[in-house]
Amino acid sequence: MTKFSDEKLAKVQEIIARYPDGKQKSALLPVLHLAQEEFGWLSSDTMDYVASLLSIEPIEVYEVATFYSMYNLQPVGRYTFEVCQTGPCMIKGSDDIISYIEQKLNIKPGQTTEDGMFTLKTVECLGACGYAPMMQMGKFYKEHLTKEKVDAIIDECRKTAAANN
Amino acid sequence: MVIHIDNKEYNIKSGKNLLEACLSVGLDLPYFCWHPAMGSVGACRQCAVKVYKDENDTKGRLVMSCMEGVKDGLYLSIEDKTAKEFREQVIEWLMTNHPHDCPVCDEGGACHLQDMTVMTGHDYRRFKYKKRTYTNQYLGPLIHHEMNRCIQCYRCVRYYRDYAGGDDLNVFAAHNHVYFGREKDGVLQSPFSGNLSEVCPTGVFTDKTLKEHYTRKWDLTMSPSVCNHCSVGCNTIAAERYGELRCILNRYNGDVNGYFLCDRGRFGYEFVNSENRIKRVIIRNRAGEASTEEELMQHLQPLVSMSKIIGIGSPRASLESNFALMQLVGKQNFYQGISEDEAHLNRVCIDVLQSGSVHSASLKEIEQADAVLVVGEDIWNTAPMMALAVRQAVVKTAGAEASQHVQIPVWLDSAIKELAQEDKGFLAVLNVSASPLDELATHAWHATPDDLSRAAFAIAAYLQPGKLQADNFSEELTNQAKAIGEALKQAKNPVIITGVSSYNDNVIKAAFDIAASLNTAGRKTGMACVMTECNSMGLALMDAPAFNHAMDSVRPNGHATAVILENDLYRHLTPNLVDNFLNKCDHIIVLDSLHNSTTEKASVLLPAATFAEGDGTLVNNEGRAQRFFQVIPNADTQVKESWQWLWKMQMLRSQKVNGHVLHPDELLQKMETDMPQFKGITSVSPGHDYTIHGERIPREPHRYSGRTAIQANKNVSEPKPFYDGDSPLSFTMEGFKGVPPSWAVPFFWAPGWNSVQSVAKYQDEPNGSLKGGNPGVRLLQDKKKENADLFFKDVPEQFVITKDKWLLLPKFHVLGSGELSGYTKALEVLSPELFAIISPKSAEALNVKEGDMLQLTDAGIAYGSLPVKVLDNMCDGVVFVNAGSRGTVGMNWGTRINLAKVN
Repeated sequence: MTKFSDEKLAKVQEIIARYPDGKQKSALLPVLHLAQEEFGWLSSDTMDYVASLLSIEPIEVYEVATFYSMYNLQPVGRYTFEVCQTGPCMIKGSDDIISYIEQKLNIKPGQTTEDGMFTLKTVECLGACGYAPMMQMGKFYKEHLTKEKVDAIIDECRKTAAANN
Repeated sequence: MVIHIDNKEYNIKSGKNLLEACLSVGLDLPYFCWHPAMGSVGACRQCAVKVYKDENDTKGRLVMSCMEGVKDGLYLSIEDKTAKEFREQVIEWLMTNHPHDCPVCDEGGACHLQDMTVMTGHDYRRFKYKKRTYTNQYLGPLIHHEMNRCIQCYRCVRYYRDYAGGDDLNVFAAHNHVYFGREKDGVLQSPFSGNLSEVCPTGVFTDKTLKEHYTRKWDLTMSPSVCNHCSVGCNTIAAERYGELRCILNRYNGDVNGYFLCDRGRFGYEFVNSENRIKRVIIRNRAGEASTEEELMQHLQPLVSMSKIIGIGSPRASLESNFALMQLVGKQNFYQGISEDEAHLNRVCIDVLQSGSVHSASLKEIEQADAVLVVGEDIWNTAPMMALAVRQAVVKTAGAEASQHVQIPVWLDSAIKELAQEDKGFLAVLNVSASPLDELATHAWHATPDDLSRAAFAIAAYLQPGKLQADNFSEELTNQAKAIGEALKQAKNPVIITGVSSYNDNVIKAAFDIAASLNTAGRKTGMACVMTECNSMGLALMDAPAFNHAMDSVRPNGHATAVILENDLYRHLTPNLVDNFLNKCDHIIVLDSLHNSTTEKASVLLPAATFAEGDGTLVNNEGRAQRFFQVIPNADTQVKESWQWLWKMQMLRSQKVNGHVLHPDELLQKMETDMPQFKGITSVSPGHDYTIHGERIPREPHRYSGRTAIQANKNVSEPKPFYDGDSPLSFTMEGFKGVPPSWAVPFFWAPGWNSVQSVAKYQDEPNGSLKGGNPGVRLLQDKKKENADLFFKDVPEQFVITKDKWLLLPKFHVLGSGELSGYTKALEVLSPELFAIISPKSAEALNVKEGDMLQLTDAGIAYGSLPVKVLDNMCDGVVFVNAGSRGTVGMNWGTRINLAKVN
C-alpha cells in the first residue's frame, strides 16, 4: 500500500493550502511530482492514492498524469537519460547519441536496463538549443554531448551508485 | 447583414460565426470539432477559409471559420487555393493513424470523416510509417468502442461531460496517442450516452444494438417517427430492413429534442422485434381457428353487435386509434384506461396549461430559460430529455449573461466556459428524492408531495403577498420561499416544471400559482407538466371518464362486450379493479402488440401495429400533436393499426358490408369537427394523397440495394413494393428527391453529406428551425388572461408521518421505466430490480435493513412483499416502489398503505 510519510503529507497539505477552498484539484501537478519523487513512478495505486488525498475521482488523476511526458507511468531506472531530438539537436547529431546509448546500454528508447540502472527516453525541445546536442538527467542538463562524454556520464553514474549502495 | 463569399453576396444573420454562415446559406465547408449544439473550439483546423480586408485585398489571411464572427461587408473565400490546400493537408494528417477500415466499420456510408475526406480531395497516403493502435474498452450493452478510428476532435468528451454532465468518459494522454474512454472497462453511466454514436464524426462510438442486426444507412427504409417511451415526444427516425426494426436515429426538431435523444428513446425500440409480439389473431375458447379474415369477422359480428359495448382507451395508443374506438362504442361508452387519480391529475395539468395564465413551454424554451424550478417531478427519470434541457438552461445562462458584458459570442465555447467558470443559472429542485439534477441546483430539497406543495405555495405567496390568508408556514419554509421567489423574480424567462408522478394535485396547482404569479408584463413564464405515457396528453384532451366509471356502467346481469385498446390495464390500475371489470363483461376484445396480463384475459386478441407498423398522431406533454409514419410494411401479416381493426368492427356493428378504406387523415378531420379541443389537428400532416409535383416522398435512399432480389429466398420474381395508402410517403426509392416538408423527413441526406451532419441542409440555420418550420401542431393555444384564478385556498396541511401509514409513490428509472422499452434486452440488463425503497429513518422506524422483505397492504389489497432498499436523500414517511418496468403492477399510488416486516 503506497502511502506518504507524515513529513510528505504535511507538504501535500501545504501545497493544497495554496489554492482556494474547494479547488484542491489545482494541487494535482505538484502532488504528482511529489509522489513520483517518493515512489519513483506513478502506478495506478499511487494515482488512486493521490486522488483520495485530493478528494477527486481517479479518472481525473489519470487524464492529467497520462498527458505529461514528465510523469513516469512505468517503473524507470535509477538514472533517466532524456535525449532531446528536436531540430537543432538533431542537426548537431542527437540521432548518433541516441543510437550510441542504445548500443552501449542495449536498450531502446522507453526501456530500462536489466540492472534497473538506466532508462532511455527521447523528448522534444528542452530549451537548450545553444548547447546541442543535449539531454536531461534528473534535474541536470548534460550538454554538448559526444560519445566520449556519454561514456564518462555512464561511468560516473555507475560509480556514484556503487558508492551509495 | 451582407457578406461576400467567393464574390457572391449573401444575407446573413448577425451574431453567427463564419462556418455557421456558410452552412446556413447551403455552402459546403468541412469541419469536425464544431457542433451546432456545442459551439466552436477551433481544435481540428478543418474549417479554414481565407478572409480579406476589403474587395481590393488579394492576399487575404487564413482563419478558422468557426472561430470568427460575421461582420457586415466581410469578404471570404472557401474556394481559395491556399485554404483548400490547407484543409486537404489537415485531413491528410488526421488520416495518418486512421485504420481505413470502412468496409467493416458501422459508420461506413454515414460517416462524417468519409464525407469530409471526399470533400477536401485528399486521396493519396504519403505517410509511410506504422499507425498507432489502441486497446478498446467494453462500454456496456449500448455503445461499441473502436479507438483506432479516432481523429481526436474531442467532440465525445465535450458532449458527454460538458453538454450531458457525465463524468465517467474522459480523455487521456497527449499528442498522437490521445485516448478517449473510461478509467477502466464498464458501462457508461450517463443515460444520454447513445448520442455519442451521432456526435462522433467517425466510428469510434457506434450503436451496439444496431450491430446485432447491422444494416448500412443506404439500405435502410426510414420513416419520420415519434418516440413512444415517455411524454416528451422526441422526434425520431425509425429504420427497417427485412421486416425488422434496425435502429432509431435522432430526427432534428428545433422545438423539441434538437440534436439528441435519451438512451431509453434511442435503444428502447427492440420491443418491435420481440418474441413477445402478437402477430396473429387469437380467439380463445373456440372450436377451430379463424384462419381467414372472413371467419374472424363472422366471429366478431355478434360480439360487436351487443347492445352494450364499452371502449377502454389508452395513453400509449395514437389519437386515431383512441378516436376510432370512441366512434365504435359511442362517446358515452368510452373510458380512459387509467385510474381516476391519474385522469384527475392529467385534467388538472390541462386546465392550468389552458387557463391562459401560463404558457406551455417547449423543450427548446426550457433550454433557454434563465431560471428553472422543478416541483414534485423526478424529470431525470420520467422525462430524461427535459432534464437535459434543464441542464443546458442552468449551465448556459451564466455564459450567455457574461458574454453580453464582454462581447464574446456565446458560440465561442471554451472562452465562454473560461469566463463563466462555475457560475450557473438558477435551478431549484423540490422533490421527494434526490436525482443527478440536484448537483446543478442552487436549492435542492426533499419532502413528501404535500410538503412540496406547501413549499411551492409559500413561494407563490411570496410572489403575490396578501393573496394567502393565515398561512402557517414554518420559518424555514418562508425563508426558502423568499430565496427561490426572489431568484425567479429576477429572471426574464423562468420555467416552472411539475408533473403527475407525485400523485398529488396540489403540487401541480401550487406550481401553477407560481408560474401565473410570475407571468407578468416583461416576463415570459413557461410551465411544463410531465405525464406518464407518450399520448397521455392526447387521451386526456379527449375528456372521457376514467376507467373506474366503466365498472358502474355495466349493470349486474347485463351483457356487455369490452374493447380494450393497447393497454395493459394491470399496470395502470390495481388488479382487483381490473378483475372486477373483466369478470362483468361477456366478451373481451383486446388490441395490442405485446402479450401482457390484460391480453391473457382476452377472448379475442387482435394484433395491433406498433409505431413502426402503423401511422398515427401523438400529443406530447407540451400539447404538441406530432405524426409518426409506418416503416415496416405489414403486407403479409395480420398486424394492423388499431384504428383499422376498430374501423372494421364499426362496419360490422353498423352492418355495412363493404365500408370504404379509411385513411388516418379522415379520422382526424372527424375528430376536429367533433371535438373543438383538437382544432388544428388536421394540419399536423397533409392528407394521404399529398404529393410534391405529383411525386410521393421516398422512404428509401436512392442507393438502396437489393430491391429486386430482397425476397429471392421466397420468390425470384421482383416483389411489388408495398403500397402505403395512408400517407404521402412511399416504400420505394423513387419519388421527390429534394428536401421534403419538415413533417415528412424520412432521413437526412444531401449530396456529399451522407452522415447525420447533413441535417444542416434541412434547416434554416444550424440550431434553428427545419425549413418551413418545425413539425408539430400546438393544441394548447396561448390565450391572454389578465387575472389568473389561483389555487391558494388548496394549501394542504403539513404531512404527518405515522408508523402504520406510509405514502406509496412510484419510483421511475431513466432506462428501466417504459412498458415497451423494457423488452429491449440491453435496457432490461440496465434496469433496476423491484424494491420497496425507504429512507434510513423510515427503515429504522420499521426495524428493517436492506435486503429484508416488506409486506405491502392497502386497505384489503395485498400487493405482496418486496425487498427493502434504503436510499439516502429521500424524505421520510414515503415508500417508493419501482414503477414502469417489467413486472410492475398498478398500485394505488399516492395513498397511504401499511408496511410490515416479513419474518
